[in-house]
Amino acid sequence: MSDHESDHEHHHANSRPLSEVELRVKALEQVLTEKGLVDPDAVDAIIETYEEKVGPRNGSRVVARAWSDPEYKERLLKDGTSAIAELGYSGIQGEDMVVIENTPDVHNLLVCTLCSCYPWPTLGLPPVWYKSAPYRSRAVSEPRKVLEEFGVSLPTTTEIRVWDSTAELRYMVLPERPSGTEDMDEEALADLITRDSMIGVERLKPIVKGAS
Amino acid sequence: MNGVHDFGGMHGYGKINPEQNEPIFHNEWEKRVLGLFVPIMAASGMCVDEFRAQIELMGASNYLETTYYEHWLHAFEKLLLTSGLVTEEELRSGKASMVDPAVSPPVTVSDIPVITATGSSARRDATVEPKFRKNDLVLVRNEHPTHHTRCPRYVRDKIGQIDRDHGVFVFPDTAAHGNGEKPQHCYSVKFSARELWGDKAPESDSIYVDLWDDHLILG
Repeated sequence: MSDHESDHEHHHANSRPLSEVELRVKALEQVLTEKGLVDPDAVDAIIETYEEKVGPRNGSRVVARAWSDPEYKERLLKDGTSAIAELGYSGIQGEDMVVIENTPDVHNLLVCTLCSCYPWPTLGLPPVWYKSAPYRSRAVSEPRKVLEEFGVSLPTTTEIRVWDSTAELRYMVLPERPSGTEDMDEEALADLITRDSMIGVERLKPIVKGAS
Repeated sequence: MNGVHDFGGMHGYGKINPEQNEPIFHNEWEKRVLGLFVPIMAASGMCVDEFRAQIELMGASNYLETTYYEHWLHAFEKLLLTSGLVTEEELRSGKASMVDPAVSPPVTVSDIPVITATGSSARRDATVEPKFRKNDLVLVRNEHPTHHTRCPRYVRDKIGQIDRDHGVFVFPDTAAHGNGEKPQHCYSVKFSARELWGDKAPESDSIYVDLWDDHLILG
């Protein structure tokens, strides 16, 4: 038995019996391990990858590079997959990437109406709301109301483009660089860039000097 | 299939309610399910389209009442039962009743960095002529297959415009059922919000949907 399993049992020993779903997961992993089909240590390594190594910080670095380097930005918009690979953020659920640019006149929004496709290598695992029925049903038919729920109010003069990830392309939004960031280096820029701005449910605010 | 998973444009699901400071996982068992995806897909030889098709077949009320990782768990169990790698009794008991000594070794820790950083692209280098070109007007076939499809209901029988050709990709509608990859061009097709949702939709807005040659005819 691997360490995580004994930890798992210990954790619950003094609290409550395992739920039905916990029992199913445990049974599944145990059977597959006994049969030599699964190595629990490999399962641990995958969990560690997505808890500690892969997350929206990767996407932030891609955006910060694009804001700082016009040639990189051009490559990124032309061939997202290889430009993102330059920074080392390739892999599962990001094998084929398309990056789309927000401008003062165009706002982009990502959704997957059929399941929950999401660019893991750059944004990490998707949040629950992205996978939920309300978001998946409404993002394509009433994106402006959806954006308002996220605090983003756009004039009708702004064109909204919604991207439904129905194939194996994974999309990422290149947000607009906010004003007041002209003197910032890539690392400082990356700190400003949020996951939600790369999904398209947030517009990054201008930086006002002297404000904290 | 016209299943409940095909959410686009449906009403009645309420507000979005994002969780503030949401953790990556809400329960320990969710981590195990996430971590089992790669080893199970490798051991079963199943593709992601077969995985999605199993989720879509779980039944409408079951789908709506369970979470994302419960959908995954359901698909794992079905794929493993279908491929004969486990039995119902084994899944109930958590004990293997038979171990095949000839089984291929599982994915190991040292494989994980490469697998997660490479993934498995659905792009194919087959030479297939595109049926459509950029800016072509296309009509989405008004088909309602009972099998897996990546053509959502809300664009069927609607007219769009080819925005870009992504290249040649596996066709999930056949691959999900063991009927071959049928590689063909996949396009981003642009639909005006008014074409999809009527005159009350803002004139400026549009929806881009990825569709394959077999979903489209010249508009």
